[in-house]
Parts: sequence; structure tokens; C-alpha cells
Amino acid sequence: MADAHDGPDHGDNAGTAVARQDSHDAAAPPAAVVRADRIPNPGFPPERLRVTDLDPKKARQAERTITVLFFLSVLGSVLAVAAYILFPIEEGDPSTIRLNNMLIGVGITLGLLGIGIGAVHWSKTLMHGHELVEERHPTRGSDESRERAVEIFREANAESGFTRRSLVRNSLIGALIATPIPAIALFRDLAPAEDPIALLKHTMWETGTRLARDPSGTPIKASEVTIGSAFHVIPEGLAELESHRLEEKAKAAVLLMRLPLDELNEDPAKADWSYDGIVAYSKICTHVGCPVALYEQQTHHLLCPCHQSQFDVANHCEVIFGPAARPLPQLPITVDEEGYLVAKSDFTEPVGPSFWERQL
Amino acid sequence: MAPTSPASARRAGRRSPLATAALLVVGLLATGGAYALATTTTATAETTVASAQLIDEGGKLFAANCASCHGLDAEGTAAGPTLIGAGALAVDFQVGTGRMPMAASGPQAEVKPVQFTQEQIDAMAAWVADLAPGPAVPADRYIAGDGDAAIGAELFRINCAMCHNVAGAGGALTEGKWAPGLAGVDPVHIYGAMVTGPQNMPVFSDLNLTPEEKNDIITYLLYLEENPPVGGWDLGSLGPVSEGLFIWIFGLGGLVAVTIWLTAKSN
Repeated sequence: MADAHDGPDHGDNAGTAVARQDSHDAAAPPAAVVRADRIPNPGFPPERLRVTDLDPKKARQAERTITVLFFLSVLGSVLAVAAYILFPIEEGDPSTIRLNNMLIGVGITLGLLGIGIGAVHWSKTLMHGHELVEERHPTRGSDESRERAVEIFREANAESGFTRRSLVRNSLIGALIATPIPAIALFRDLAPAEDPIALLKHTMWETGTRLARDPSGTPIKASEVTIGSAFHVIPEGLAELESHRLEEKAKAAVLLMRLPLDELNEDPAKADWSYDGIVAYSKICTHVGCPVALYEQQTHHLLCPCHQSQFDVANHCEVIFGPAARPLPQLPITVDEEGYLVAKSDFTEPVGPSFWERQL
Repeated sequence: MAPTSPASARRAGRRSPLATAALLVVGLLATGGAYALATTTTATAETTVASAQLIDEGGKLFAANCASCHGLDAEGTAAGPTLIGAGALAVDFQVGTGRMPMAASGPQAEVKPVQFTQEQIDAMAAWVADLAPGPAVPADRYIAGDGDAAIGAELFRINCAMCHNVAGAGGALTEGKWAPGLAGVDPVHIYGAMVTGPQNMPVFSDLNLTPEEKNDIITYLLYLEENPPVGGWDLGSLGPVSEGLFIWIFGLGGLVAVTIWLTAKSN
């Protein structure tokens, strides 16, 4: 048994200390089988000298290259200043912005890259190139320094009376707890002052609001919407809003299209929501709220450019592709006595993407 | 107009109430006719003859090149829509950009080298316009591109940019269709596309965007062509797709190359 252990151990110098001890004490049974390293640590390959170490001519050449790089850097910095002065941005001529920016950029790039490439080339070719191993020192501190650290804490506690003067300590803790309160109050105010759910559920459309062109705000007559037309619509009065105009537009934007009547397949429950083939749908995608307005006149598909949701306008805007979960909300429309298109009511469901409190 | 009282009978006896109107009409006709005769007698006659010839010529060209899909009387077949009411502008756009005749039936007619001379296109346009009224080729002042580029840009962003890209670079639609880029397109074709709504493009009639507003849009597109983008190399103005691809390949590739160079031992 001992022989069996002795054999390989004697023949293998790379065996561990335990294995070697085993071979000396042949009578004792092995406590554990410790395998010798089958693959010895290859160590470092023989150090290869660089051409600049061997050939002084090459070293001088590298020196010149590095110097040229540093001079190029100086040149680049000067060029940037010169470009700023010689090629100023002239008002009313956007092409001067382009030239000015490009030359300044080229100059600064040259300035920085010249230093960077030069420094790296220097260290790679001319600085001392020998290889060495730096051992990592242990993370744990020495026993003395650890004891000293504990002692410092104890002394500080004794001198300040942090545990002894409990009133001072507790009032400090209280003060620290109170300091973030202003931040909470300030950031809380970033939330809408009004009930956000009510804001999400209602738009500017009301019964009788005329459909108007974006951006001019002129009302649209039903007779002006020819077959195949697409109008980008805002509620009349939005263009004149003093405040929250964009917020209202973001909810109330509508796309108006006229389809041939024989191609329009309407939901019987919403049969009177359109007028003579003219349908109005919210432009806000039900997925994450991008404006959906890529209307294809022949296929009647509406494409959202953000995530490729597709809605079929001919089939009450049902989703035919993509991540949107619901059809686009339809705006019920009719005409008033002057022939202008008007909304019958607000949207009957919240427009845009889902939110936590959304019913339906 | 039967006289019902002595007063009206006396008036009618002297001069019928219609006589004033009739005299006015006769006078106007005589003056206008004489003026027309004096100024454009020969020109009008020539134009009429020319347009009759043009329509005739267009009809022959149509029968030879278009009728296989659109029908001999442009009534439409399973392979192509009717052109009755399509108007001269639609013909000018579709044939003038090389989209028609189509190389093969498909969801989108592609731009190809134009197959006809402008005279032949005008002839076919005249023939189609003669079938039924439709959009006509606009007056030169609406395609001059001398409008307000700022207004045009706003209208373009609202009505056109979602498909054609804010810089007019074009973009993808559903099922392999696409909105073409607008650089280098003849203003009359831009105008024609807005009015006639070719293929899947919606119609933007003069009741939606007035001819002046269309001219503003054309002005904006010409401005984009004539003024280089201030941001430098625009990578096709396609936004995050081309810019992301560029930085992914050249930016990250450059970083990898620099890292390899930094750590490699010098020769």
C-alpha cells in the first residue's frame, strides 16, 4: 500500500507537501488522497526584447515618432483656435456652423489624440519593458492597527459623551431624520396637483366641439373631406388656449379619414359615430402613446412608427399587428347645421396607453 | 309676366322687364366676343385643334401602353383601377416619375426611368382629363418654391413627417411598402402627390392644404435640399437606426481596436 503511494510520489517533483509527508511516513495510511498537479505552472515565457531595446536606430526612430505626435497635438490645439477665429459662425448661414464646428472638432481631436497616442507609444516602445509580478497584499489589517481602530472609537465615545449624553445624541438623530423631509415635500409636488385619473379620462372634446385643422385651428366642413383624405385634427379653440395647450393637444389629437362606404365595416354599436364614411380616431397609440398617423389610403392600415402596431381603420381600428392591446379610441362625430364636423361627445374611453386605474 | 294692372301694362307695352337683362347679355356678349375675336381668334383656334390632336394622341398612347391594366376606356380592370376622374395631375405624377407603367403588379409602384417624353405624358394626361374632370396640373406660381419655409416646415411636420421623415428622407410602412424620400423630386410631382394621393398616400386636397400652403411645403423641401444639415454628416437622416448602427460598428469597433493596441506588446 505504501509502495503504491511511494511510486508516483518519488517520480513526481511537483507533488504537494502533504503527499511528500506521506512518502516519508510510509507506515501511516494516507489521511486524504491529494493529487499532484498534473499540469505544472508554465510560468512566464522567456522575455522577448523589443526592437527598440536591440537596435538604437529603431529607438531613435520611435523617439522621433513620439515627438512628432506631441508636435501634432500642439498644432491641433493651435488649429482649433485659428478655426474659431478664421471661420466664425455667420448669422443666417447654417453652412458656417458646420464648417466652424468641424474644424474646431478636428483641431481638438488632434490635440487630444496626439498626446494620448504619443504617450502610449512612448511607454510601449521606449520606457522600461521588463515584466514583473506584483503580489496582492492581504485585505485584513494587522492586529495592532485593528486594535488601535477600536481604541480610537472608544476614546472618541468617551471624549464626546455620545452614549453618556443621550439627550444630545437623540436630538441629533431626530435632526438627521428631519433633514430629508423638505426633499420629500418638494418632489411630491412634481406629481399633478389635480386628480391624474380624471385628467387621463377626459380630453378637450365636448359635445358640439368643431373639428379643426392642425395647426391653424380652422374648422373642417364634411364636404371638404374627400375620399382618401387624411386630416390632422385638433379641437376648435385649442390653438387659442393660453395654458396647457400642449398637454391638451397630446390627449385630444385626432386623425380624420374618409373611406369609401363599401370598404368601411363599422361596429353596429358605433354605427352613428361616423359621418358618410368620415371617421375620427385618437392619434395617441394605446401601447405607449406615440402619435399614430401613418395612414395607408388603399389598405386603410394605420401604422405606429414607434413599435409597429398596426390598426385597421376599415374595421373600427382593431389591432392587426404589434404590441398595442386595444383599438384606438373613436371620436363620435356628426355635422352641425352649417355643415362643419363636430364631436358628439368626448371620447368614451381614456385615450392613450394603459394606466393602473384604467377600467375596461 | 302677364300684365295685371294698367300701370304694369303700360310698362310692358313700352319695354318688357326682361329686355334690360337681355340687352345687357347681348351687349356683354358682343363686347366680349369682339374683344376675343380681335385678340385671340387664331390662338384659340390653334389651341382647340392642338388639344383635340393632343387628346387623340394621348388616347392612342393610352391604348398602347396603359389599357392592358386600366381598360381600353380607362374603366379599370382587376389589374388596375379606373382612371375616370383621376385627372391630368395624377397622370403627370405617375408617368412623369416613372412609376407607371408598372414593371410588375405589386403593393407599391416603384420609381423607374421615365418611359415617355413630356409631350407624350401631356398627351395622355389630356386624354385622361378629357374623360372626366379631375385635378389639373397646377399653375407655376404654386410650385415655384418661393413661399414661407417656416410655415411649410410646420405643415410638413404635422401632415407629412410621420411617413416621409422630418427631413424628407422617407420611411417604412406596413408589409414592405415605404414612403419614398423627397430629395430631388420635381416640385410639380410633390404637388401632384399631395393632391392625388398616389398609391397608399392619403389625399391632401386643396380644401385641406391650400395651394399656397402646398407651395410653402415645397419651399421647405427645397430649403432642405439647398442647405446642408448643420449637424454635419447626417447618415441619411434616418435617425437612431443609421446613427446607432454607425456608433455600434465604428465607435465600439474603434474602442476594441484601441484596447488591443494598448495591451499588445510592442515589436
